[in-house]
Amino acid sequence: MLDSNKDSLKLEAMKRIVAMIARGKNTSDLFPAVVKNVACKNIEVKKLVYVYLVRYAEEQQDLALLSISTFQRGLKDPNQLIRASALRVLSSIRVTIIVPIMMLAIKEAASDMSPYVRKTAAHAIPKLYSLDPEQKDQLIEVIEKLLADKTTLVAGSVVMAFEEVCPERIDLIHKNYRKLCNLLIDVEEWGQVVIINMLTRYARTQFLNPNMNESLLEEGSDKTFYGSDEDEDEEEEEEKDKKAEAPAMAKRKPYVMDPDHRLLLRNTKPLLQSRNAAVVMAVAQLYFHLAPKAEVGVIAKALVRLLRSHSEVQYVVLQNVATMSIKRRGMFEPYLKSFYIRSTDPTQIKVLKLEVLTNLANETNISTILREFQTYIKSMDKDFVAATIQAIGRCATNIGEVRDTCLNGLVQLLSNRDELVVAESVVVIKKLLQMQPEKHSDIIKHMAKLTDNIQVPMARASILWLIGEYCEHVPKIAPDVLRKMAKSFTNEEDIVKLQIINLAAKLYLTNSKQTKLLTQYVLNLAKYDQNYDIRDRARFIRQLIVPTEKSGALSKYAKKLFLALKPAPVLESPFKDRDHFQLGSLSHLLNAKAGGYQELPDWPEAAPDPSVRNVEVKDSVFTLLERVTTLTSVPEWTKCSSREKRKEKKVEKPFYSDSEGESGPTESADSESDSASGSESGSGIEESGSGSESEESEEGSESEEEEEEEKEKDKKKKKKELKKPVQESESEQSSEEEERKHERKSKQRKSESESESDEEEDSESESSQTESEDSESEAEVKKKKKAAESKPPSKPVKKDNKKEKKEMSLLDLDDFEPAPSPQATPVNSFLSNSLATDLEGLSLSDAVLSPATISPSSALKSYEMLHRITGEGLSVEYCFSRQPFSPDANMVAVQMQFTNNATSDTKNLHMEDVKLQSGMRVKEFPEIELLPAGEMVTAVMGIDFCDSTQAANFQLCTHTRKFFVSIQPPVGELMRPVFLTENEFKKEQGQLMGMNEITEKITLDVKCRNEHSIVQRVITAANLSRVPCGSDKECRFAGRTVTSSSLVLVTVATKEEGAAKLTINCEKMVIGTMLVKDILLALTQ
Amino acid sequence: MILQQQISVELNMRNSPSDPPCQSALFKGGHQNITFHQHVNPSQFIVWELLQDGPICRRLFSNSGNFWHTGTISCNIPELAAEMIHSLFLINHSGDIFLEKHWKSVISRSVCDYFFEAKEKAVDPENVSPVLQTPHHYLITIYRDKLFFLSVIQTEVPPLFVIEFLHRVADTIQDYFGECSESVIMDNVVTVYELLEEMLDNGFPLATESNVLKEMIRPPTILRSVVNTLTGGSNVGDTLPTGQLSNIPWRRAGVKYTNNEAYFDVIEEIDAILDKSGSTVFAEIQGVIEACVRLTGMPDLTLSFMNPRLLDDVSFHPCVRFKRWESERVLSFIPPDGNFTLMNYHVSSQNLVAIPVYVKQSITFFEMGPCGRLDITIGPKQTMGKTVEALMVTIHMPKAVLSANLTPTQGNYTYDLATKVLVWDIGKLNPQKLPNLRGSLSLQAGAPKPEDNPSLNIDLKIQQVAISGLKVSRLDMYGEKYKPFKGVKYLTKAGKFQVRT
Repeated sequence: MLDSNKDSLKLEAMKRIVAMIARGKNTSDLFPAVVKNVACKNIEVKKLVYVYLVRYAEEQQDLALLSISTFQRGLKDPNQLIRASALRVLSSIRVTIIVPIMMLAIKEAASDMSPYVRKTAAHAIPKLYSLDPEQKDQLIEVIEKLLADKTTLVAGSVVMAFEEVCPERIDLIHKNYRKLCNLLIDVEEWGQVVIINMLTRYARTQFLNPNMNESLLEEGSDKTFYGSDEDEDEEEEEEKDKKAEAPAMAKRKPYVMDPDHRLLLRNTKPLLQSRNAAVVMAVAQLYFHLAPKAEVGVIAKALVRLLRSHSEVQYVVLQNVATMSIKRRGMFEPYLKSFYIRSTDPTQIKVLKLEVLTNLANETNISTILREFQTYIKSMDKDFVAATIQAIGRCATNIGEVRDTCLNGLVQLLSNRDELVVAESVVVIKKLLQMQPEKHSDIIKHMAKLTDNIQVPMARASILWLIGEYCEHVPKIAPDVLRKMAKSFTNEEDIVKLQIINLAAKLYLTNSKQTKLLTQYVLNLAKYDQNYDIRDRARFIRQLIVPTEKSGALSKYAKKLFLALKPAPVLESPFKDRDHFQLGSLSHLLNAKAGGYQELPDWPEAAPDPSVRNVEVKDSVFTLLERVTTLTSVPEWTKCSSREKRKEKKVEKPFYSDSEGESGPTESADSESDSASGSESGSGIEESGSGSESEESEEGSESEEEEEEEKEKDKKKKKKELKKPVQESESEQSSEEEERKHERKSKQRKSESESESDEEEDSESESSQTESEDSESEAEVKKKKKAAESKPPSKPVKKDNKKEKKEMSLLDLDDFEPAPSPQATPVNSFLSNSLATDLEGLSLSDAVLSPATISPSSALKSYEMLHRITGEGLSVEYCFSRQPFSPDANMVAVQMQFTNNATSDTKNLHMEDVKLQSGMRVKEFPEIELLPAGEMVTAVMGIDFCDSTQAANFQLCTHTRKFFVSIQPPVGELMRPVFLTENEFKKEQGQLMGMNEITEKITLDVKCRNEHSIVQRVITAANLSRVPCGSDKECRFAGRTVTSSSLVLVTVATKEEGAAKLTINCEKMVIGTMLVKDILLALTQ
Repeated sequence: MILQQQISVELNMRNSPSDPPCQSALFKGGHQNITFHQHVNPSQFIVWELLQDGPICRRLFSNSGNFWHTGTISCNIPELAAEMIHSLFLINHSGDIFLEKHWKSVISRSVCDYFFEAKEKAVDPENVSPVLQTPHHYLITIYRDKLFFLSVIQTEVPPLFVIEFLHRVADTIQDYFGECSESVIMDNVVTVYELLEEMLDNGFPLATESNVLKEMIRPPTILRSVVNTLTGGSNVGDTLPTGQLSNIPWRRAGVKYTNNEAYFDVIEEIDAILDKSGSTVFAEIQGVIEACVRLTGMPDLTLSFMNPRLLDDVSFHPCVRFKRWESERVLSFIPPDGNFTLMNYHVSSQNLVAIPVYVKQSITFFEMGPCGRLDITIGPKQTMGKTVEALMVTIHMPKAVLSANLTPTQGNYTYDLATKVLVWDIGKLNPQKLPNLRGSLSLQAGAPKPEDNPSLNIDLKIQQVAISGLKVSRLDMYGEKYKPFKGVKYLTKAGKFQVRT
């Protein structure tokens, strides 16, 4: 049938074959016939052929190779789902020869545009690894790349691959740690489990034990347990100290939690509400292993909820609860009743519940528990009854108050008709009696009588041992028992026989007159026993106790040997110390190491450097900061911008919080609905209280006070602004600025002349207005952005810088915000004499700056790098010349203009100490030997910004001084123009749809409603080239990013009355988003 | 590839229980500890399977002929990568393996022998431990609808992960074919196989959302199967699933209905243990909100409650926005299409739980003569003015009870001799005339009187009331223009409701 031309016949045949496979029948001889159909057009036939192929390829390697080309073709299909499925099947064929093909396919797919294909690539990694472990190194590279992926779809799968291929390479996680934490809530449930388990291990290596000094420092630990905001403030300082000091010192210090540690705990907590038991369990074990003692309690409720689930789930959960309840009894005590046993529970569940109940027993609840146990003893399930009796025994040993009650209860059980119950009671009683034998000789007597009835060997053995051990208490009965036992010796079980020998030996030593013959008799019987243990024992004991001429010194000590005081056994839970296995793992369940189990590492003594987790800020949405600032020269400016930044952040909140998991698990699901988003953005602002925490922890090292204050102000200010009409007069704004300045009594001088600073401020306030406008349309923007895929939250870096900053901000309790460039030394000096320079600046700067603004390329915007006052006469301006930088095509050319305003010459101008984010490169400008006073000189340097708006920081050195400066590019400068035809443009645009497309409705500024001005403004904002276009309603621009050559396509479609639609297609979504902002700004003003 | 590393390979012939017969035959000659001195040509051998006996034990398969060896290779070979779920076997009640699926290399079905052994020991299928350890593998089993789903894994994996997945498989089969039984699975074996293929990739769950699966593999309907047989069409979706790619994997795109409707069932189960005297030992309420949503487009729903404070502990379908719940105590979500469980909740035992019925019972066995007496009366207690329906009492009698001779005033009773289960089906509870069951039990002659009294399991239903008092206050829809039909139904059931005697 397979050779038939009809698909329906083929399908029928394939169905039969698959059904045979399902039943486990061997169909491998059909291989050649089946493999022919791999290229069949019918999807179902194809799928079934795949099923067959994957099953038998290993056995028929040569033939399987025939199918490979089909998949290779599939890998190039424009449809992402076909690409993915081709990769999936290809990687499932376990044929060693195709390893290189697979490797290639995986590598390619790992950088595929579609996250779904990338996910499949992640799945394929462990397959290839299991086929050929030698590919490990290459695979790790792919994993590293995929770990950096920002989509939730990929995250779970790649972590799975990581766990299987290179779980030891924990260093790969650092950079992605925060991202993973933040994405976690949106990852599919299976991925969540894997990620949480991995992060547990990660956290164990990277953070300090939150409970380490609970005993050492009561108050301190108390405080930190609640991880309140104040603490986190201290935390930073603490951490600094800690780093400085020896680890030994850290131990004495009050513990403070790493903000990343906190982040993990906070982001996993909502997952306790997951419907998937495995996720809940994963979070529970994470909390158990990582959380401070006081916080572990939250997991109890969720675990108890799982007890309602399928019995298999119950079984696993109870195992874990049993382990946890030993360590943290208080946690489950409120839920005691949830562990009560129903007669319908399967035995294994009953036993586990019993275990938990026993662990939870304490003085206060023991009476209720014992009452429960009483009902259990009547159960029909005998195994369970036996377990209950043991549980009672354990309660009795652990809780002294009830020991006698328990013992009495157990003795009553001795008259139970069920032998098993009696036997079990005997064993337990034996253990209990051992604790205080003298009190209970009557019980021993009672038990001695039972030897006639009880047949269970273990119980008989226990009784015999008891009598032997305490034969002084029952001097009359003991020899009699031995007599009876000697009679039945040959019929006894082995353990009983051993105990009979023991009893005989002990009696011989204490009461040899009555028992000498009996003992001899027993020993003789034992000598010819079938069991060699018993023969051995008999021989050994005979030598010890029966003094002969040959026996040495040992027999003298026989009494000591046999009648030594034995320590009472400790009845403990089999779950004790099981928590050295990671909870929820298979190894924990089996209490044995399973293959591939990764040990949970111990807490480190001292926390490893937390800065490894810092990542570059990829998406600084803060358009205003794109200008390069040097903190020292323009404090006012910086301050404004910092405020802007703050505010922006606040406005962004709902968007960010989304990816931070702050605003709930399914926030992202909002993307299609405008309903929620409006209210959300509102609530985002209100929530800023709670938001602040996250923000802070992310930010890492800002002091809380400062932040709080700032926030207050920001809020106030923002509210004010929001209330004001948008077209508010600018003077008002600036006067407000002025006012606030007075309020603050800031010591900052105005660095520019009156007019200049006004201008500056005006532009500031203007932009701040647009910001507030922005915030109003935030809901809209947000939508777009979300559609553009949830981005990772911006992660402010540069902890070190901020530390330096803090000192500074303490000087003037001001909303001084760390600017992007770190400058410690100049700042301090500047602060001290700021007032004087202030005045100086007022009078001078006007004259100086005016020529500077007429920079050589007047069409280009120039930015200030070094102000002449800070520069002690040297001022530097830079602009992006938009010329290709000839030494390296991947670099952006930056043209710098040095002006020497001082009276003396400046020599040896060069740069030093370039601080860059990873991946960025700089080509320095050639050293300028001499810059005479009053002269001007230009130089060009190249910077590879790696398509990010990260600032390049470096020192500008003269022969006398060094200045910290930085260059930050606006996003529009990170691209170079390319020339496309209209058709090419359309084709490219078609490929960059969906998440790569950002659309914005705008109202054009009155002045720029004609084509010409639009083109001009767009081109000023971004280094793009115009694409010819048939319609005059549309303007198109195209460019490529400098480093990665990703296409950037911009379309402005105008409609009536200044309405327009701005569309940006760019593979790099971050760039796209930022560019939208910039162009928007350019077109609306 | 691996064999390239070593120059001389020592093979210790050994028989393992899972060896296929052909190997055993080969080894019967007793070639123990044979050393291959000749150079092993890597191209002739491929690694067939890793046996985890000791660090390195491999079965080799020669390409050149049908010559099999099992042996230990004494060189350091890195352990194979872990995979989650290796194989799945479906086993029916009587212990026949009727379906097997391997996601990686094939594992002989003889691994199941360990399971059968355990099953044999456990007597009751429910008592088989879900996790078994065998020399080379771990078996994780679930028991659902009289079927065992047995998965084979080789390395460390969170057991709940596997268990949860197996239940998801069972749920999916149930969802597709209406029930999960051997006959249904065998009738649709190809579809089931395709489903399993899609659900796991290399042992790692891939698509488990039923909406996504249904787009890829269409569930069979009578109409379609008729059409398919006539036209030779297939039940594999020819459209590719988009749900997998979206942010909302649980909802497929482009849903259209002419009648837009959203129904919610609030179902509560009372879990309780009552003691002999009728007082409550323990009681709590487990609730679930089942939804049936058939709405066009991408609706965004908000469900709010009159008294959300009642809910002590909740778990949600992934579609529910947790943040909204935390801050406002409303359920905000974009629903999946069709039937789904919106949330599970728990009303804790701290709240007073109303127990709808009381039970007066006495079951006694007499020392003299092989007989016992049984007398049970049930009456309404706190029913919130509604009638108690579908009342049923189930008693697992002690083994010694041979037969029961009883008279019910209402309903009828059955006593199953084999399982020793007495079921008294009462039906509607009439408060005027309380149902009563009394009579004698005859015991096996000579057997001692059973000491323990069996406990009673009670089943009941109360329509139109949620016993915790939970009430839905409103359902709002955003994002779509039309007006949907909305409805809420309440139902109280007995969960694990047990009366000790």
